[in-house]
Amino acid sequence: MMNPSLIHEPAHLAVENITVGYNGRPALQDLSFQVLQGTRVAVVGPNGAGKSTLFKALVGLLPLKQGQILVHGLPPGHHKECIAYVPQREEVDWKFPVTVKDVVMMGRYGNLGWLRLPGKYDRATVARCLMQMGVADLARAPIGELSGGQQQRVFLARALAQEPHILLMDEPFTGVDVSTQEATLTLLDQLREHNVTLMVSTHDLNLAMNRFDLVLLINHRVIAFGTPAQVFTPEHISQAFGKHVLAFGDKVVVDDCCPPEMFE
Amino acid sequence: MLDFFLTPLAYEFMQRGFLASLMVGVLCAIVGCYVVLRSMAFMGDAMAHAILPGIAIAYLLKGDVLIGALVAAVIVALGIGFLSRQGTIKEDTAIGILFAAALSLGVALISTIKTYALDLTHILFGNVLGVSINDLWLTAILGFVVLATILFLYKEFLIISFDPVLAATMHLPAERLRILMLILLALTIVVSLQTVGVGLVAAMLVTPGATAYLLTRRLPMMMIVAALIGAFSSIAGLYVSFYINVASGAAVVLIASLIFLGVFLFAPPRGLLWRR
Repeated sequence: MMNPSLIHEPAHLAVENITVGYNGRPALQDLSFQVLQGTRVAVVGPNGAGKSTLFKALVGLLPLKQGQILVHGLPPGHHKECIAYVPQREEVDWKFPVTVKDVVMMGRYGNLGWLRLPGKYDRATVARCLMQMGVADLARAPIGELSGGQQQRVFLARALAQEPHILLMDEPFTGVDVSTQEATLTLLDQLREHNVTLMVSTHDLNLAMNRFDLVLLINHRVIAFGTPAQVFTPEHISQAFGKHVLAFGDKVVVDDCCPPEMFE
Repeated sequence: MLDFFLTPLAYEFMQRGFLASLMVGVLCAIVGCYVVLRSMAFMGDAMAHAILPGIAIAYLLKGDVLIGALVAAVIVALGIGFLSRQGTIKEDTAIGILFAAALSLGVALISTIKTYALDLTHILFGNVLGVSINDLWLTAILGFVVLATILFLYKEFLIISFDPVLAATMHLPAERLRILMLILLALTIVVSLQTVGVGLVAAMLVTPGATAYLLTRRLPMMMIVAALIGAFSSIAGLYVSFYINVASGAAVVLIASLIFLGVFLFAPPRGLLWRR
C-alpha cells in the first residue's frame, strides 16, 4: 500500500512547538507530539479546544505562526500520497455535476500528478474503495442526491482511494446514522492492518478509550498525550474540561455539548 | 431547400463569418461551463466591457485592435484576481467598480476619435461579416490554446472548482490556477469580440453552459452538450441574420436563449415540468 522509497526513517508524524491562530488569539499554543506510523490516535478536548484547527494546520489549510510539522522527517507536500483529510462538514459545491465515482476518483489525482490520466490501477482502486464503504451501488449517482451518511461514506471512500500514510478525520461519529458509524469503525480496524496512521477527533470519550492506541487531550495546548489509561485521569479531565466536569469519588462526568459521557 | 442553406455560403465574407462564429460558439460554450459552475458570469461580463479602453488605445496608437484588446483583457484578469484576493472589499463590488470605470474610459476614448473607422456599435455587438483571414487565424490559435489548457488541466480545474479543501491538502497551486482560469476567460472574450461583441459575449459564455447543466450529470458531458448548443446557435443565428437582416450577434444570442428556455421548461432530469 505504501511506497517504501518515500518513507524516511523513522516513519512518523512529528509536530514541533506549533502555534496556530486566526487573528490575534492563538487557537493552538506551542503544541508538540509525535506519532509513530500505524498508530491510532483519538483527539479529544472541549468544544473550541482547537481540534479542527489542529487538523487544518496538519494538512496546510492554516499557516503555522511558529514551529513545524514533519511527516517522515520532511515538511508536508514532499510526499505525494501522504495525508488525507475528511473534514467535519465537507465544503464542496453540492450542485457540481460530478458523480460519486468522479468524487472518489479525485482521491487518485494527487498520486497521478500533472498531465496524467487515471489508469487501470486507479479505476480498480476506486471500485475497491466504493465497495469497501458500501456505496458501490451509488457510483453513478450525482453527489448532490445523497443523504448525509452516504455523503460521509463517499468522502471516506475518497480518503481511502488516496492511499494515505496518515488519515485525519474530524468528528466522523457526530451526526451520522448508526450504519455509517459502524462502517467508519470497521474502516479504522482495516486501516490499522495497512499500517496507516489515524488521527480522529471525537466527543465520544468511551470510543476514544476503547478503540484507540493513544489519546491526545488538548485545550489550546497539550493537556495529556499517551495511552487512554494515562490520559483519562481526573486531573487531566478537569484541566481540559474545566467546570464542565463533575467528580463522584472515582468517577468523572464530563458535561460537553453532546450527551454527557461517563467513564471510570 | 438546399439552396436555402447554400446561398449564404456563396459569399466569401459569409464563409469567414460562419467559420469564426462556429469557433467562437464552441470555445465560449466550453469555457462557459466553468463560468456557470464557478459563478463567474458577472466577472465575464465585466471583463468584456473592461476591454474597451484597450481597443481604443490600440486604435489611437495605430496598433492592432485585437492585440490591444488582448493586453487589456490580461491586465483586467490580473486586476480582478488581485482585487478579489485581498478580501478588503467584496468581489462583486470590486468587479462592479472596475467594470464601470473601464467602460467609461473606453467610451470616453472612443468618443475622441473623430473618424467612423472604429464603429462603437461593432465593438459592442460584433460584426461577423467583417472577419478577415487574419482574424480567423487569431481565433483558431487562441481558441486552440485555451481548449488545450482546459483539457490538460482538467483534473486540477475540477478539484479547485469542486473542492478547494482537497486542492489545499494536495498542495495544488490553487491561486495560480484561479488566475490562469481568469486569463483563459479573458482570451475567450477577446476572440469573441468580432462575432458577438463586448455586450453579448457574456450571454454566449453563460447560456449554452447553463442549458447543458440542466441536461447532464457529469462535467465532460456538460462541456460536449454546451459546445453543440453553442455551435448550433452560432450557425442558425447567422442564417437568421442573413435572411431577415438582423444583427448577427443578437440573432445568435437569441437562438441560444430560446434553446435554454425550451430546455428549462421541458428537459427531463432537472427541468421545470418534471420536477416533483
